[in-house]
Amino acid sequence: MKRILVGIKRVVDYNVRIRVKPDGSGVVTDGVKMSINPFDEIALEEALRIKERGGAEEVVVATIGPAETQQQLRTALAMGADRALHVQADGIVEPLVAARALLKLVEREQPLLVILGKQAIDDDNGQTGQVLAALWNRPQATYASKLELKDGTARVTREVDAGLETLEVDLPAVITTDLRLNEPRYVKLPDIMKAKKKPLETLTLSALGVQQRQQLKVVRFEPPPQRQKGIKVRDAAELVDALKKKGLL
Amino acid sequence: MTAKILIIAEHDGSKLNPSTARCVTCACALPEAQITVVVCAAEAAAVAAQVAQLAGVGRVLTLEHPANAHALAAVQAPQVVAIAAPFTHVLGPSTTFGKDLMARVAALLDAPQVSDIMAIESPTRFRRPVYAGNAILTVEASGEGKVVGTVRTASFEAAAGGGSAPIEKAAVEVALPTHTRFVSVSAARSDRPDLQSAARVISGGRALGSAEGFKLLYSLADKLGAAVGASRAAVDAGYAPNEMQVGQTGKIIAPELYVAIGISGAIQHLTGIKDARTIVAINKDSEAPIFEVADIGLVGDLFQIVPEIERLL
Ligand SMILES: Cc1cc2nc3c(=O)[nH]c(=O)nc-3n(C[C@H](O)[C@H](O)[C@H](O)COP(=O)(O)OP(=O)(O)OC[C@H]3O[C@@H](n4cnc5c(N)ncnc54)[C@H](O)[C@@H]3O)c2cc1C
Ligand SMILES: Nc1ncnc2c1ncn2[C@@H]1O[C@H](COP(=O)(O)O)[C@@H](O)[C@H]1O
Repeated sequence: MKRILVGIKRVVDYNVRIRVKPDGSGVVTDGVKMSINPFDEIALEEALRIKERGGAEEVVVATIGPAETQQQLRTALAMGADRALHVQADGIVEPLVAARALLKLVEREQPLLVILGKQAIDDDNGQTGQVLAALWNRPQATYASKLELKDGTARVTREVDAGLETLEVDLPAVITTDLRLNEPRYVKLPDIMKAKKKPLETLTLSALGVQQRQQLKVVRFEPPPQRQKGIKVRDAAELVDALKKKGLL
Repeated sequence: MTAKILIIAEHDGSKLNPSTARCVTCACALPEAQITVVVCAAEAAAVAAQVAQLAGVGRVLTLEHPANAHALAAVQAPQVVAIAAPFTHVLGPSTTFGKDLMARVAALLDAPQVSDIMAIESPTRFRRPVYAGNAILTVEASGEGKVVGTVRTASFEAAAGGGSAPIEKAAVEVALPTHTRFVSVSAARSDRPDLQSAARVISGGRALGSAEGFKLLYSLADKLGAAVGASRAAVDAGYAPNEMQVGQTGKIIAPELYVAIGISGAIQHLTGIKDARTIVAINKDSEAPIFEVADIGLVGDLFQIVPEIERLL
């Protein structure tokens, strides 16, 4: 079966104002809204569109994380994914562990495409897709803003510093999404009801034969340095003067 | 402990990208740093000569292969890995080039990657921004095995010139994949300074209203010798091309002067300008969050103010 595997990470919602815990052990997550990583929503949307165009028959979403992550998998099922896989794991899941687990799922599910986000907006690592592609020994096309499938290949437009780059990769391959790839659909109420009946399978890291290890230990979290509050000027002339005084013009 | 560092050069085939010189400065923060820079290219001589001049570089290696005509992570990674054995640290810039490549290298080395290094505290201890810069995380690697890193270029000055490192050809025997093929790259050609290294940047937001509206900024920028940036909202609306985007998912910059015009100051935008020396904000809403970080704020209508500034220059 032509299948697309999508990686979903549960993260602090992007609208939440982040606060570092006073003891520096992390950021405050108690009572904070959690969501699907925005780039992963885009990944899922793209997979669903490919399926709707007839380019795939099944969309499977997967997450590696604690039990609560199932909420985000249910949301993904409500968006339209066919099946969900939850790999139970506690603590920080580093990209290498996430990618190892995803590789095991890839071996099981044999997808033609894996779509991940370009980065998770909590750890901002931006590694998992590339790591998975390397371990799988398959192509990667990161920061995708356009994706076309044709005859066993994908043509991907990538947002790079210089502008837009287009690559052609053989399938199967790993794609990571940038913001402009698409705009994810809204979940409708009836779909949330339907999603409750869709299959959600729970696995564990150890059952997959993946070791949970943390190679980078957290020493501390700190709030970023604050900028000094500045001055207000009244008009363009005052602004130009102020800049001249600072030696900036 | 001597730190032996391998830096992967970023270039376009003829010109070295300034991000490499910033990686060199970052690497110099490691104790007793011995720095090797590798240039993967179809023909490496021109770029290698530029690298050799960077102060702090001990040696330049070239990996020449026709398949290196375009920087493809899947093609470069196995070559980098093939020469990585003697090194304690493998670094690249935190640009789209470096982020794409280095994680693939880390995976093949089975090494942890520290993304967006903003400071080095010891050979195993690094500081990096997380949560879009809303927290700074210090991490410690075990000390066994290598550390791979991407360097947040806005956190480091470019290394000075004046060096004269020896250049050597490296030869590796690795099978290179053909499953990934370069098709094309389209970059809007511009004579303005490069956004990532410009001393002055003028950025526009949704308020500019159209691509036509951005011409106001281009005109001011040209008078100031400034680069032009944009908010995501402006890029999404098609007023400016994507390579102009500043912020969490765009470019992270550290100019001397940053002027935000008709930009509200969303946290994802501010992430990209935290290291700017002076931030100027022009916005008609006195409550806009951009004023919380601006050194100089001006409340008013940009369509009136911007032409006026230009006249006063
Ligand atoms: C995962 C993620 C990543 C993101 N990454 C980025 C990123 O990298 N970069 C980025 O910029 N955004 C990013 N965003 C988007 C960000 O959250 C904001 O939506 C965006 O920055 C808003 O752009 P803006 O300030 O131009 O528009 P708006 O928020 O609409 O602000 C327009 C401003 O213009 C002012 N204005 C209107 N008319 C005038 C006038 N005539 N004169 C003067 N002022 C006027 C208004 O008062 C307002 O403050 C990201 C969002 C997400 C979810
Ligand atoms: N624990 C995880 N479970 C599922 N997918 C993940 C996980 N961690 C990372 N990913 C995927 O990898 C992308 C990049 O994550 P990162 O490398 O952590 O920035 C995310 O957008 C997800 O698509």
